[in-house]
Amino acid sequence: MADLTASRTKPVAAPSARKARRMTDLRRQPGFNAMAWGCIVFLYSPIVVLIVFSFNDNRSVVRWTEFSLRWYGEAFQNKGIRNATVISLQVASVATFFATIFATLAALATTRVRAYKGQTLAYAIINQPLMVPEIVTAVSTLALFTIIKKATGVNGIGYLMLAHTVFCIPFAYMPIRARLEDMDLTMEQAGADLYATPYQVFRRITLPLLMPGVFAGAMLAFVVSLDDIIISLLVAGPGETTLPIFILGQIRRGITPEINAVSTLLLGLSLFFVILLFWITRKRK
Amino acid sequence: MAAQPDIAAAPADGLAQAQSDARARRRRWLLLAPALLTIGLFGLFPLVITLIYSFLSPGTYGGVTWEFSTNAYTQFLFERDIFDDTLAFSTTYLNIFGRSIGLALVATIGALIIGFPTAYFIASKPPEQRNIWLFLITLPFWTNLLIRTYAVLLIIRDEGIINVSLMQIGLIDRPFGMLYTDGAVFMGLIYSYLPFMVLPLYASLEKLDFRLVEAAYDLYATRFQVLRRIIIPAARPGIIAGCILVFIPGLGAYITPELLGGGKKLMIGNLIALQFGSSRNWPFGSAAALILMVVVMAALLIYVRNAGKAGVRHG
Amino acid sequence: MKRTTLTLGMAAVASFTLAAPVLAEGKLNIYNWGNYTSPELIEKFEAEYDVEVTLDGYDSNETMLAKVKEGGTGYDIVVPGDYMIKIMIQEGLLAEIKPNEMENFSNMDPKWVDVWWDEGRNYSVPWQWGTTSFTVDTEVYDGDINTLKLLFEPPAELQGRINMLNDMNDVINAGLRYLGYERCNGNVEELKEVTDLLLEAKQHWRTMDYSTIEKLTSGDVDLSQNWNGAAMRAREQRPTLQYAYPVEGFTGWMDNVAVLADAPNMDNAKLFVNFIMAPENAALISNFARYANGIKGSEEFMDAEMLTAPEIVMPADAPTPDFVKPCPQETVDLYNRIWTRLKG
Repeated sequence: MADLTASRTKPVAAPSARKARRMTDLRRQPGFNAMAWGCIVFLYSPIVVLIVFSFNDNRSVVRWTEFSLRWYGEAFQNKGIRNATVISLQVASVATFFATIFATLAALATTRVRAYKGQTLAYAIINQPLMVPEIVTAVSTLALFTIIKKATGVNGIGYLMLAHTVFCIPFAYMPIRARLEDMDLTMEQAGADLYATPYQVFRRITLPLLMPGVFAGAMLAFVVSLDDIIISLLVAGPGETTLPIFILGQIRRGITPEINAVSTLLLGLSLFFVILLFWITRKRK
Repeated sequence: MAAQPDIAAAPADGLAQAQSDARARRRRWLLLAPALLTIGLFGLFPLVITLIYSFLSPGTYGGVTWEFSTNAYTQFLFERDIFDDTLAFSTTYLNIFGRSIGLALVATIGALIIGFPTAYFIASKPPEQRNIWLFLITLPFWTNLLIRTYAVLLIIRDEGIINVSLMQIGLIDRPFGMLYTDGAVFMGLIYSYLPFMVLPLYASLEKLDFRLVEAAYDLYATRFQVLRRIIIPAARPGIIAGCILVFIPGLGAYITPELLGGGKKLMIGNLIALQFGSSRNWPFGSAAALILMVVVMAALLIYVRNAGKAGVRHG
Repeated sequence: MKRTTLTLGMAAVASFTLAAPVLAEGKLNIYNWGNYTSPELIEKFEAEYDVEVTLDGYDSNETMLAKVKEGGTGYDIVVPGDYMIKIMIQEGLLAEIKPNEMENFSNMDPKWVDVWWDEGRNYSVPWQWGTTSFTVDTEVYDGDINTLKLLFEPPAELQGRINMLNDMNDVINAGLRYLGYERCNGNVEELKEVTDLLLEAKQHWRTMDYSTIEKLTSGDVDLSQNWNGAAMRAREQRPTLQYAYPVEGFTGWMDNVAVLADAPNMDNAKLFVNFIMAPENAALISNFARYANGIKGSEEFMDAEMLTAPEIVMPADAPTPDFVKPCPQETVDLYNRIWTRLKG
């Protein structure tokens, strides 16, 4: 599977060493490297501050006093933070799961086909959640869910998950579609020539080739769901305080470094997962 | 670029062709159904409710009463005079819209200026290094946006790291007020949405065939010419996608402007949120939201159409 | 890779089914302001009555109202501010639980029984009460701080160093008081004057934000409109801060515990209402958030510094706090326009 993925980039990447060096040189544009490094510094300096202050003994998130793990202990003991973190992860997992599946199916139906009636419309509908300011979605979704809740008497966290699924779909869809548009068709044609059924072609060739896109889509959806605040704020029911809602409450009344500690832990956790993913794919090679 | 063949387009003649077409069509809609139904029912349908709300009258303490009214829309452009109750043209809300649009535009351009070289830099790396770089770009996303914005605030505030270090090395003798300015909001927006710019740009640039670049140099093109005639046209789909992905959330953003801007000025997002909160005017909030959507749609339409034309010319 | 996806998917589905909350016996869902509820209090209640408590936070009365008004939230207990209690009773959102017939009602300070937002206490009981005024760093400004002049015509050393609450009512009410006009004022001439005052003063304000403690302790500002409990918490980190009792007057407020009309756990909710009227429990509330609670005898259980704090114990010559009633819709509309113009 990994070999197939790699083969696509080979023609560009595998010329002789001397030629490769010359090409890398030609690829450079003045100032671009500095800009890229600047971008990384820009993206990371706040995070470094965040991590550093999670180890600060003082209650203040502004002044450094001395190293301590105290806020990690307090974060673990803080029931509010703990619950909020679990809820956030649950909602993000479920929304990502469904959004990624729906987006993959939709991407298969909207890419690499001859233009058909309704294609643009389908495309527009899928991207609709991106085109609407969040606050509008939030209020109108609340109104709709209330009607449903009253009519059916069904409550629960499912509504929040559903709301997240809706806006996660376009985020998952983009990378999957990009990957599909980009894919080499010869493999699939060869498969079909060798009398593979369409299903076999899909299972054995298309899907594995598509996997990096699917993963990218799932990751994006997950992160977007974890970050969402306005929609969650309005749609969440009892016991459904997500981490951003909790943090917003904290910011309004004075933030404590416990939040820094939780953020650092979440960052560590995601780092772990991504490295695990890297490691698994590499091992397969 | 060669047209990509349709996999489903194998059989040749008459009836078989028609049957296969019908099957392909059915399959297509079946695949689309889950996404379209989910978004249609829970994304689009609620907007119809918003549209209805915008033509109703505000309820006493929030909500709506079922009484038809176009006040929400007239209120947007006209203000009832505090003294003699006459309607007069008012730019209050237009100003708020203008400010938000301007800020979102500047943030989009800023993100493009930072994001483009970054994406190009990554795309020009050997494949095995690219993933690591992409990972570096997306990693900050795993920390909550609110917290990251808050961390930006910690850095640029009067007693933040930048001011303290500048004072220590003696470059300035009193804090340089960066926080609570338009510049801070602008920076915060770029910071929040930069990865949304870099990723699509990278996706386009990664497909760039560097042999074209090589050929151009062989034909004595300068670096700038290569950038303008080869690299930027190749990145066009990514530029469009990236700009859209930064511009729209930037337009509706209200927590970043509140945290970093100090909350003295309203953004469209604040204005709408306020109507559903302490201002208790849901119809006006709905109307403002719909007007915002129309603005976004119009901008998109013009943008995509022009970009599409330009794309054809270059393609 | 496929197996990983499958496992992830199954985990997601499993968490979905497990997460669906069941509103069974022995539960209580509380919806309170964020970071405002003593965890100790909740633990004690859980242990005493064998009830599992869920706690969620909101950031403004209006957010809470927007959600509760739509119905079917599943919450039992809410903690609205005074004017919001009045609104919610009018809107039929609260259950008439008759706290005045409950066992611990005798502990309530009589001055909080016949209040305009819940005459005779048929719906709600006090959670905490406080004042909204402002805090000044006396090291930066050493003149008389007990005047609203500092907010609207600040001396040079405070210009550009002021944070106002990002709250329409708090800002406009302060302006009305400074000019000596009535609150909830529909008089357009007077409101016009207030508008001019605010627009003129705005250039001296650095921020308009709710996070007052952080603004003051980080040194972003030297004066901030503030609530008294927050003022006390800020002073613990910046000792030169002082809470002002302006002669022009200042706002008093009370957050009250009430039960929603559609509460799924009505009996437990009533137990909780009675529970917090016990002095030792009310003291837990105050020790956590640093506001007074309105229950007699709770002082004995309160932290020593609260009993002497100048933010909590008002000086004898301070004006009486002004509990502002909800304004009629026409006035709210006028306020909205002033507010939009101020921030537009």
